[in-house]
Amino acid sequence: MSEPLTGVVLAHAGLAGALIAAVEEIAGADHGLVAVSNIGCDRAAIVAHLEAAIAGRPAVVFADMPGGSCAFGAAAYAREHPDVGVVTGVNLAMLVDFVFHRSLGPAEAATRAVATGRAAVMPIGRTGAGAAR
Amino acid sequence: MSVELFRIDDRLIHGQVVVGWGQPLGVGFIVLVDDEVRASDWEQELYRMGVPPSVAVVFASVAEATAQLPAWQADGRKGIVLTGDIDGMTALCAGVDGAIRAVNLGGIHFREGRREKLRYVYLTDEEAAKLRALAGAGVEITAQDVPTGRRVPLAELLG
Repeated sequence: MSEPLTGVVLAHAGLAGALIAAVEEIAGADHGLVAVSNIGCDRAAIVAHLEAAIAGRPAVVFADMPGGSCAFGAAAYAREHPDVGVVTGVNLAMLVDFVFHRSLGPAEAATRAVATGRAAVMPIGRTGAGAAR
Repeated sequence: MSVELFRIDDRLIHGQVVVGWGQPLGVGFIVLVDDEVRASDWEQELYRMGVPPSVAVVFASVAEATAQLPAWQADGRKGIVLTGDIDGMTALCAGVDGAIRAVNLGGIHFREGRREKLRYVYLTDEEAAKLRALAGAGVEITAQDVPTGRRVPLAELLG
């Protein structure tokens, strides 16, 4: 069996650490996730942080805003590392699901994360599910 | 003039620029002045991802920006002109002979040899001297990461 994927949550301020703490509450400590913040970083520094966090392993990077420095840093890193997938718009649902699918390949895991993350975004209550009840 | 902000930011196009400044200013275009990005289709495609379709993005070398600045300043839309470093903005200021009156320091992050001036501005002594020279040429230089942040004058920044 190949090495389980590492997941890197790359986000502004303290968001990555907070998301991973939430994952741990739900799925336990064996999550394989590492937090990286972009605080004080230009793109070169973000790439250096990713190098350290991933350490040559197959991985998926979960970045926050699609048009932000985290996403750009992740894209630049992945361009040189074909065994690393990148997903933007990270949310808790996709991270929790990822924890249980770390045996997938990086590209497959990234595709799955996008589907899971999108499926978790929906209106509920008066404007959405259950509105007619 | 329709260029509302000349900004030095080593992250170039990112959330602070597009949302933080772009929304309150109501910008219609962003000019990214960087020779390396200008030469890379991949980099340009990446940065376009960060900008909504309602905002035009122009990629220019320093030489192209020097030539085009009068047209951007006459543009009916509001715009932001970005460089990734002090040298780029200094070259642009020199090339347009007084047309740039104010420069915003938005993000110059830590690298070896730089010292912290603000949470988002780190400078070497050489970079500080370049900013002093730019100010001496009549350009008002302030640091401000987002519009709601405090504008820090260069004199205070350099102490």
